[in-house]
Amino acid sequence: MGITAVVIVVGMDQPGIVAAVSTVLASKNINIRDISQSYAHEFFTIILIVEFADDSGTIKEVETAIKDALRERDMNLFVSIQHEDVFRAMHRI
Amino acid sequence: MNGEEPNERHASEFSSREIFMEEILETKRMIEEQGLDVRTITMGISLLDCIDASLDRIQEKMREKITCFARDLTQVAQSIENDFGIPIINRRIAITPVSLLLGALPAVQSINYSGICGMLNITDLIPGEAIDACISIASTLDAIAKELQVDFIGGFSALVHKGFTKESLCLIRSLPEVMKTTERVCASVNVGTSRDGMNMDAVKVMGEIIHNIAMATADHGSIGCAKLVVFTNAVDDNPFMAGAFHGIGEPECCINVGVSGPGVMRNAVSHQKNVDFESLAESVKKTAFKITRVGQLVAREASKRLNVPFGIVDLSLAPTPRPYDSVAGILEEMGLEMTGGPGTTAALALLTDAVKKGGLMASSYVGGLSGAFIPVSEDTGMTRAAEAGILTIEKLEAMTAVCSVGLDMIMIPGDTLPSTISGIIADEGMIGIMNNKTTGTRLIPVIGKDVGDHVSYGGLLGESVVMPVKKTSCEGFISRGGRIPAPVHSHKN
Repeated sequence: MGITAVVIVVGMDQPGIVAAVSTVLASKNINIRDISQSYAHEFFTIILIVEFADDSGTIKEVETAIKDALRERDMNLFVSIQHEDVFRAMHRI
Repeated sequence: MNGEEPNERHASEFSSREIFMEEILETKRMIEEQGLDVRTITMGISLLDCIDASLDRIQEKMREKITCFARDLTQVAQSIENDFGIPIINRRIAITPVSLLLGALPAVQSINYSGICGMLNITDLIPGEAIDACISIASTLDAIAKELQVDFIGGFSALVHKGFTKESLCLIRSLPEVMKTTERVCASVNVGTSRDGMNMDAVKVMGEIIHNIAMATADHGSIGCAKLVVFTNAVDDNPFMAGAFHGIGEPECCINVGVSGPGVMRNAVSHQKNVDFESLAESVKKTAFKITRVGQLVAREASKRLNVPFGIVDLSLAPTPRPYDSVAGILEEMGLEMTGGPGTTAALALLTDAVKKGGLMASSYVGGLSGAFIPVSEDTGMTRAAEAGILTIEKLEAMTAVCSVGLDMIMIPGDTLPSTISGIIADEGMIGIMNNKTTGTRLIPVIGKDVGDHVSYGGLLGESVVMPVKKTSCEGFISRGGRIPAPVHSHKN
């Protein structure tokens, strides 16, 4: 079992964001375990909890791949992927 | 980490999805907007086994050992940055105080021992060959730092709190040339402890040395002085520069991390506008917990990937010249019109104490200095307050009694007398000794500049204004010779 990571995508809402991101994740054999989204003032935030497989590549590589995929579709969005440990460390005693 | 089954954790997060998402977004905002970062990963390395009678062999062994341990430091830091999304700003190395490595050199062995006792004239006693050896070692360390792509290498240091040795005098005497000819070497001298009192011979000498370093680097705004700290109660595991060194009693190698987040703290405090002190302190504590947890995570990961023991997390709030990254800014959010006015010392005491309380819970090993830093030139709010004449050296001295560092990155007139510099060092040192804490002095007499003149170093060292120093003389006091005895409360047995 590979690492669990948190993918955050933020930006102007438009059709196809989830599709673009999940296509990249699927192509890298990354499993989506949970998706949350919120929508405020035309800004769309999506958070995906994902599970890397051994052959998925590094976090940085996947982050770059998602950024490239969004850029190809003319989507100007903030993307970051972080290891889940960051959030567990900061927000749990 | 919690000992829960993976399935249980998954289920509970589905049910508390809203909180979970908010925490993730909070972390994102801290990193992206408020400047949460790991200020430094510092690898401490013992060079005690590099002692040799041959100067060439010392340098070879140093290069071999430092490179062996730190070869992957930069690359591992980058990989941690990539995986955790947390910026790691600096990679640094701290070594055994270099004066401890010089004793076997023939040039040091040949120094006439009997002349060391009593009042000193350091120009006469130390042969040029010994000083050249120190300069050569410093130059090697500088080259190693550049090859390994680390920002600074700290530990060109001497511990003289009870008195001088030949080696420590050699190193101290070499400081002006070393600070002039190297870029990345940081130096420190410990002149007193609560247990031993203060070595006033050393305080007198260091006033002269700081003046000489200022002269030697006058072409560059006397920047050499920015790489030297004069301490009392120096600690062995401080990851920040310029005062980092790998103390005696530390292991062969270890990883120490300094986190930082004045911007994060300021943001947290700004949401506590009309609440009482209890709520304010709680907010600081909780934020310090989160910030320190980031440091703990990075330190553990670095330790694992470099296969080197984890030392400590230093949870100091360290400002940078970025506008939101200001400790003064935090104090002003607490309700002060400007840092340096009445209320400043109390506010800083509250901040430092709450940071410690929150941070101690977050890490298994907290060490280093762990408090709030108040380096004037590195904090835009402090610089602004100094320009306005509201923040003075005298107020900064009071603030150092409650925060973690000392009179840090303070520019003073270039014509300040060496004995006056010594007087400031003595004042700051005694605050540390009497209060059982570390204090340091990093003063920059800017040659050719006077009160109100602006000086800019750029980068992390920032920019500031030359601050006034009272011109009354303390020459008679400083020149008495010997040690100020240890305070009564140090006798704890």
